[in-house]
Amino acid sequence: MTPLAKLLEAALFAAPRPISLAALEALDPESSPAAVAAAIDELREHYDVDGHGVELVEQGGGWQILTRVEFAEAIERAQVAVRPQKLSAAALETLAIVAYRQPIGRAEIEEIRGVAVGSVLKSLHERGLIDIVGRSEGIGRPLLYGTTPQFLEQFALRHLEELPRADELAIALRGAGNATVVPE
Amino acid sequence: MIAPNFRPVEAESSSFVIELSQFTGPLDLLLSLIRDEQVDIYDIPIARIAEQFLARISTLGLDEAADYLEMAARLLRIKAQMLLPRADGEESWEDPRAELVRRLLEYQQMREVVDLLERRGEERRHQFPRRFVPAAVDITPLNAPLSLSLGELLAAVDRVLRTTKEPKIHEVVPRALDVAGAMMTIRNVIAMRRAARWADLIGRDAEPWQILSVLLALLEMAKLGELRIAQHRPFASVEITRDAISEAA
Repeated sequence: MTPLAKLLEAALFAAPRPISLAALEALDPESSPAAVAAAIDELREHYDVDGHGVELVEQGGGWQILTRVEFAEAIERAQVAVRPQKLSAAALETLAIVAYRQPIGRAEIEEIRGVAVGSVLKSLHERGLIDIVGRSEGIGRPLLYGTTPQFLEQFALRHLEELPRADELAIALRGAGNATVVPE
Repeated sequence: MIAPNFRPVEAESSSFVIELSQFTGPLDLLLSLIRDEQVDIYDIPIARIAEQFLARISTLGLDEAADYLEMAARLLRIKAQMLLPRADGEESWEDPRAELVRRLLEYQQMREVVDLLERRGEERRHQFPRRFVPAAVDITPLNAPLSLSLGELLAAVDRVLRTTKEPKIHEVVPRALDVAGAMMTIRNVIAMRRAARWADLIGRDAEPWQILSVLLALLEMAKLGELRIAQHRPFASVEITRDAISEAA
């Protein structure tokens, strides 16, 4: 491996979170962005080709070393590490709305979901998946929520734009609507 | 339009038991009804759907009822509006179901995102990052009182409780502490020797209430000036001595 690839590996090993490309480039002021990109590729290939238990993954707005999928069960069984708990359906719905409509207030989320979401918002906030990003100008200046980098990390997203655009979503029910209207 | 007859619907739906807790809200229930009935979302047979909706929510618990009842009321209002005679100018007629359809489509769209997130989240759950643990902070003895807000304390307790997967629930049995008795014991012990240690004061198989009694007795006696409590290093054993002043007195 080149010295730069080794440096990246060391930094990625030490980091608690994914490291952004900008931060990786800042590690060695002598190296060009192109050289850093090449070193990332080199490191990734090193892990993939030489057969390592970990791999280099781009997600959560940066790069991170993760264990390979096939070892998850054994690692968890031996209680070396604990998987994050699965979110409830209600929490996922709320999170999906925040991801798409951020910054968004509680009332708007409740309008879309048709149920009260106070406690769900609180638990998502506690888990670090959403954060308060501001206050609306509306009446009562309600809090506005947005997703966090940890949200991207936990759902293996490189950035928010990786979510399909609203108009790209195939709505199963819309197809039925275009069919001939059945009189009641 | 299907005759608004409650019974057949009820009988039909009881053939397969539906748990309302499986739905995340009234829109979810509504979408599932529309899917089961295979009706066109742009032309919902509102009377039929409203009746089914009411039949399903009749088993509802009170705490979640409000959200469902609001939707039930909305459905019934739309049903009533649909029954109103229309003016000849069909063009100007606004479908009372339009707003509901918009919300259902919006909700359905969001559900697709949920599927996506669920898939990706599940994939990610099979990979672990390196667990970063900050190096232990060097603990130096503090003479000053701890600066800690109640919120920080509660958050810390919360963190500790979270480390256990299944919190064990203990049953608390109220038991009177015997502080006076413990004070007698301590007096006897320090009357015999100059210095005693915590372990000397509690028996090997002391019960929690006895330990607590001794602790409270120690604090009380320290306050009264009968003894001194000293700890030379953090986590070192606590040394209990007769107070020099009270001894002189």
